[in-house]
Amino acid sequence: MTAQQGFFVFFSLVTLIAGLRVVTARNLFHAAIWLVLALAGVAALFAVLDAGLLAAVQVLIYIGAIAILIIFAIMLTRGMMAPERRRLNSWSSTGAVVSLVLLIVLVQAIIAFPWATPGAALAEPPADSVVTLGKALVDPNQFVLPFELASVLLLVALIGGIFVARERRGGE
Amino acid sequence: MVPLQGYLVVGAALFCIGVFGVLARRNAIAILMGIELMLNAVNINLVAFWRYVEPTAATGQVFALFVLTVAAAEAAVGLALIIAIYRHRASVNVEEVNLLKW
Amino acid sequence: MDPFSSIAVALENLLASLGFADWLIDLIMAVLRSAILGTVALLAFMFLTWLERKLIGRMQDRLGPTYAGPIGILQPIADGIKTLTKEIVVPKGADRWIYFSGPILAAMAALAVFAVIPFGPDTGNGPLVGTALNVGLVYVLAAGAAGIVATIMAGWGSNNKFAVLGTFRAVAQLISYEVPQLLSLVAVAMVAGTMDMVKIVDAQTVPFIFPLFVTALLFLISGVAESGRSPFDLLEADSEIVAGFHIEYSAMMFALVQMAEYIHAFAISCIVVTVFLNGWAWPFLPGLAPIWFLVKCFAVFFILIWFRGTLPRFRIDQMMAFNWQFMVPLALVNVIVVAVVDRALSDAAGWTSASQPWGWGLVMFAANAVMLLAALGLMSLKGREARMRDAEKARSQSAVAATGR
Repeated sequence: MTAQQGFFVFFSLVTLIAGLRVVTARNLFHAAIWLVLALAGVAALFAVLDAGLLAAVQVLIYIGAIAILIIFAIMLTRGMMAPERRRLNSWSSTGAVVSLVLLIVLVQAIIAFPWATPGAALAEPPADSVVTLGKALVDPNQFVLPFELASVLLLVALIGGIFVARERRGGE
Repeated sequence: MVPLQGYLVVGAALFCIGVFGVLARRNAIAILMGIELMLNAVNINLVAFWRYVEPTAATGQVFALFVLTVAAAEAAVGLALIIAIYRHRASVNVEEVNLLKW
Repeated sequence: MDPFSSIAVALENLLASLGFADWLIDLIMAVLRSAILGTVALLAFMFLTWLERKLIGRMQDRLGPTYAGPIGILQPIADGIKTLTKEIVVPKGADRWIYFSGPILAAMAALAVFAVIPFGPDTGNGPLVGTALNVGLVYVLAAGAAGIVATIMAGWGSNNKFAVLGTFRAVAQLISYEVPQLLSLVAVAMVAGTMDMVKIVDAQTVPFIFPLFVTALLFLISGVAESGRSPFDLLEADSEIVAGFHIEYSAMMFALVQMAEYIHAFAISCIVVTVFLNGWAWPFLPGLAPIWFLVKCFAVFFILIWFRGTLPRFRIDQMMAFNWQFMVPLALVNVIVVAVVDRALSDAAGWTSASQPWGWGLVMFAANAVMLLAALGLMSLKGREARMRDAEKARSQSAVAATGR
């Protein structure tokens, strides 16, 4: 087993086990910490896939902002210092069956599909893949429109979040 | 060299774990964490396809970046909604937020 | 004459002659490199605690530590022995896993920054750096962001309301000051044309502190805020929040928290030196460049110590207002001005940082000076308005009080 295969197996196991603990943890704060570990595992998988910028951005945004936001929300909607009495809802067994069936169907489809195997060696990404990415985001023939729309989306989310969660004077 | 199917299976497994989290948890924030797991699984798929199919173009990475952005926006708005609901009913248990059910 | 590279090459040849496989040699060299980097960072931490206490003492007109060793130089060792022999008191009801892993993660995140900082030039065996990532700048920011989660874990795991309150404020400050830090590094990446720290040092024909000094100021101030040092040390001040998020940590765990903070501050100074002060570059023996680099890092850290000894502490609302109402707009304007002036220069006169370094540097410096003067002028105008408003309010209040009596 080469080093890359070893890293892939290790980080995949870390990510999947952390993901399982996220959805089964009794204490919600522990679930948030397992989520941070799962996100870090995904960032490591990006690094194994030679997507360096995406790995760093994943850590910076997911772990450095979104996970912290989730932890803040947990702290603000308290009542879970004690472990939850029942953490699964009334139709959780149906949910488990549904996700298991989905997993089996997806894995069957992936294994059965005739992927065009690239052979012994993969094409290498260009040495300046970051420059290619940057140019693609501002090129009028490529992705500048989704880029601008994404910035509008973030502005809307920012304003909407502040508006929805603000303190209201008196009754609604 | 890891085959492409390896990454896709990992993505599928993480996605199904996220689906279980969304379907089976009572706390709204736990459901949101399941949604984040699903979005990360999609990102793993996208980056794996970028690397194995067309690494010279930037399309796969750009797509993954946009998914990340949308996930951030959606997490922010979702958590704002959860906090607003908590202020009204002092609970974030989704089984209790059922005023619109028939 | 290059001691570091020649030792590394000799070691590799020794391992190869002993019959180790290629990948095993790579692994051993990588582990050795990380061990050396970690040791350098920790030794620097020891030296910096002594330096800080001596200098703060001198600034406050007293001697620092003088008992342990000739000029108190063995004081860090005395501190270490005391820390190791104290009892670790775990509060009742603390979440043990989270309580113990918080400070460890914080120290890990602070040490992770050193992996991409170049210590020396490329003398034929690759640059003297842990790993030459082509996204080094973003990696540095991501390591800082990971430290924030560790802060939350430390505060939450203590099962103490003061700790949780301190955590809220600390995290609010830390995530707010990431924004101007990121924007100033965007300006640097634009001018250098790369995010690779090794290439940024090479791209500085003129040290970037000269043509980009508003950027350097923004990065320095937000770096000081990020590492929680004075004047931004509201999160851990004894007179404010009774030590904030690390109130329940004693002995070795507290030492880990202190270590994380000092190493983070030292990492910020190393990044400032690499990105703005031309890194390891000096015109003499290239083999001894790491020593000059460390001297420069200590000089920048001296500025941080100077801040601590001189400036009073910010209040939390003053800190937030300073960030969102001054630093972030200034950082955005800085990015635009740097981009426009750089592009205008290269289009109109063909001056880039490569072709005409000092001319380009002078014009950029002028643009930065104009921007800074405009920003400070705007601030003083707003300050005068606020002062006149307060005086007006005080006059009307005293008039009401006089007539009402």
